[in-house]
Amino acid sequence: MYDAGKILAGLVIFLLLVTTPVWWSFAMGAEVRAPKLVLPEGRRACVLPTGEMKATHMELLNRWRDLAVRHGDRVMTTWDGRKVRRSLTQSCLGCHTDKDKFCDRCHDYVAVTPYCWDCHVAPRGGAS
Amino acid sequence: MTVDRRAFFKLAGLAVAAVELPVLGAARAHVDPPEEQPLKGRRWAMVVDLAACHRYPGCTRCMDACRREHNVPSIPDRKHEVKWIWEDSFGHAFPAQGSPYLDSELAGKPVLLLCNHCDNPPCVRVCPTQATWKREDGVVMMDWHRCIGCRYCIAACPYGSRSFNWVDPRPYIKTLNPDFPTRTKGVVEKCNLCEERLAEGRIPACVEACPAGALHFGDLADPESPVRQLLESRFAVRRKPGLGTQPQVYYLV
Repeated sequence: MYDAGKILAGLVIFLLLVTTPVWWSFAMGAEVRAPKLVLPEGRRACVLPTGEMKATHMELLNRWRDLAVRHGDRVMTTWDGRKVRRSLTQSCLGCHTDKDKFCDRCHDYVAVTPYCWDCHVAPRGGAS
Repeated sequence: MTVDRRAFFKLAGLAVAAVELPVLGAARAHVDPPEEQPLKGRRWAMVVDLAACHRYPGCTRCMDACRREHNVPSIPDRKHEVKWIWEDSFGHAFPAQGSPYLDSELAGKPVLLLCNHCDNPPCVRVCPTQATWKREDGVVMMDWHRCIGCRYCIAACPYGSRSFNWVDPRPYIKTLNPDFPTRTKGVVEKCNLCEERLAEGRIPACVEACPAGALHFGDLADPESPVRQLLESRFAVRRKPGLGTQPQVYYLV
């Protein structure tokens, strides 16, 4: 290999640069904490089991949207037999009353900006 | 002690029930199930009694109720205005019927206008994304999630019932109703015949708000309905009937 020293040195510098975000945060002692959500008090269950809600709430909301708006099917029976209106602002935000401390904390953490709030009004907490 | 398979399942079932049932019961106790029955119809329609409406000159209660209910913005720039229910002169509302010698009952007096929820809606035909469609009960619906803002429907509607959001409407809404969405810049909107209220068993907000009883809402497919009786007993006109759109807002003159 010609110029092995230069190439290897170059590679090392390249790797250092590419991995900057990783070692920099370690060096600065930055600590990443999972977001802490404020859950509604006195309620045990959401409309689906918690694990499913975490993983698929966006799909559930899309389904709710189509069923309520396009098919006029506005009431859902939950996994534990309750009847709930398919409504983001009335049902979801009826329990999770503070959008800032529930929706936004996770969405900010994973850097997604769902456009629900461009139109739907967050009744309490979070004017945006 | 030996436990056979059947006994084991019985015991396991009992144990699960003992733990789960009280908790499930508690969860149920918190919930307010939506109890209201939706209003069902086969052909919803509106009948506007102009003479009754004119007994309250300057009244804007129907329009105000609609604005509050649906977060309709009040944008001062008329080029950007958003209309669900509004008023205009008889000559503009009924261009084919106007004459220089109009009945004094009608001349210079406003006519209430709103989406006609046509039986043959041209807006629905042209919408490329099916963001607007006609429901089984006659309501010409909009799905704002799906509207791409192409404005074909605005061009197609012969009644000017559709408005485009040229600007963000939020700053122009006086009091936000959190139970109904606002719209966003780049979306078309119009009267939805209060479909969200029909789903909860309530009549449209404008009809409810009218102090004159000038607005009548009902099912034209039902021969016993008050709207049907009104149309059978009094002379009514529709806007631009010659276009074949079959508008379903009737005006008693």
